[in-house]
Amino acid sequence: MSIETGSPGPQADVGPDSRQWTARARKAAVAALPPERLLPDRQPAYMASWIYVFGILTLVSLAWVILTGCVLAIMGPTWWHVSTVGLFVNSLHLWSVEAFFFFMVIHLWGKFFMAAWRGNRRLTWITGVVTFVISVGAAFTGYLSQQNFDSQWISTQAKDGINASGAGALFNVLNFGQMLMWHIVLLPLVVVALTGVHVLMVRRRGIVPPFAVEGEAPSSTPGSSPVESEDGS
Amino acid sequence: MSATKGAAKQRRFNPDRDVEDWRGAYVPYDILKEALVALLVVGVLIAGLAIIFSSPDEHPVTLKSWTANDPVDFAQTAITELDGTSGVATYGPPYNATPGSSQAIGFFSPEKWFGVRHPVNTAQDFVIDPLRTLPNRPALTAVLNRYTSAPSSEQALWTTAYEKAVTKASFAHGALRVPAGRYGPVAPMMSALTSMARSGSLDGALLSSSQFYDTNYTKPLLYLADGTYLANLAGQQHLQGDQWGMMNETGSFPGQAWLWLYTLWYQVPPMNSSPNADLQVWAIMMGLTVLLAFLPFIPGLRSIPRWSRVYRLIWRVHYQDLKSGASI
Repeated sequence: MSIETGSPGPQADVGPDSRQWTARARKAAVAALPPERLLPDRQPAYMASWIYVFGILTLVSLAWVILTGCVLAIMGPTWWHVSTVGLFVNSLHLWSVEAFFFFMVIHLWGKFFMAAWRGNRRLTWITGVVTFVISVGAAFTGYLSQQNFDSQWISTQAKDGINASGAGALFNVLNFGQMLMWHIVLLPLVVVALTGVHVLMVRRRGIVPPFAVEGEAPSSTPGSSPVESEDGS
Repeated sequence: MSATKGAAKQRRFNPDRDVEDWRGAYVPYDILKEALVALLVVGVLIAGLAIIFSSPDEHPVTLKSWTANDPVDFAQTAITELDGTSGVATYGPPYNATPGSSQAIGFFSPEKWFGVRHPVNTAQDFVIDPLRTLPNRPALTAVLNRYTSAPSSEQALWTTAYEKAVTKASFAHGALRVPAGRYGPVAPMMSALTSMARSGSLDGALLSSSQFYDTNYTKPLLYLADGTYLANLAGQQHLQGDQWGMMNETGSFPGQAWLWLYTLWYQVPPMNSSPNADLQVWAIMMGLTVLLAFLPFIPGLRSIPRWSRVYRLIWRVHYQDLKSGASI
């Protein structure tokens, strides 16, 4: 009697199944992000700076935004207007958003002054900027979904800019139902997905090293960056 | 670390684009512990801020509260909706097709290209149709029929006369009082509409769907935005455009501080007096966003971090170690 263990083992990567999409995807994923790079327990000594804290602070603030937003979603959009607990959860949501942007902006400026795009990290920078822009939209639709005076005023003021850009044809800031859906489904999905991609890129490429000291000529060695990769990056 | 694949070709080292692989020391780093501690610290921080400051929740304005507090402003707005001179009536796309109303930069006019997508006929949607929903009002029905069947020139005579007169209107004993004049059916229409708004039934009548459930408040919000009542309340809460507008929030809350740059452009010439300000500001912001995203590819701009030498502060310990020969 044979026992099916369900675990084909490493030979699947070299056997007849190695041309499977699944096997190839796993192989590529492990090659790009081996476990020790995905969850490192060592970091370069140059990371001895408080500026590096703001990346993780941005991430955990986003976690609080999502968590408190989920509680508000479970209870429905009118709950926080009529419940003391609801108002507190809404306040947690508001302040986690404020913290998220505060930390993210410092993180962005920090990365700018590090020129963190160096060494084939340009796509990491771009995903970060795009995440910031989408986050602005996510927060904006949150303000439009509050069902109070702020929502009324912000929507009636913002409509002119949105309409002038042409986006108002599809994105009607005066339509509460549409804005709520964008706020709690579409934009959070994009922000979370982009954040995930951004973090995986950081893990893959590592943290950008410091600029070389002036006057010190960099040596071009295999594995260093003064080379052009096949994808042109 | 960058890869050297296949036929990679050597090119000159550019300090704003390339890096040397790190060959120095590594130190222990518990990424999961750091994440958990950060989660707890930020949780305590936002809980503290929530307990101390709470969050704003100013009651929304309704057409009922508008007419209860400023019925004359409502009547002055309503007549402009009827005669087609209000802000919404002359807005252009996406609400209507008013000629020459679309913002443009040269030939670039996206709102004109997309056209009317949320049609609003202010006379019909804001005045006549809501009045027709009032039940058992044969006199009002006759008045409405008289107005709608009159030639547009006669309608204009009535509305123009009423629009002048309503600037001297008053409200007393539950009724709108306008100096006597030849307003035809317009005066009883405006009086009925004001009463309807005061009763609260105009709020529901303006919702755009004929279904039981509705979440689209486009028409009531446009109506409110045409009056001065909403804007006056916003002014008291420092929310007007010249007060850095929508990036603020009621009370002393920080609001959307991250919109400071977007709001800034509205405060400076030529945008602060341009009829195309919204499109100009959007164009500037889109341009700046593209610049920021593609900054790593732009010579000169991508050198600013190296020239600024702020990195010496960020990696202060590293450069001190380099100088002393320690660590690496």
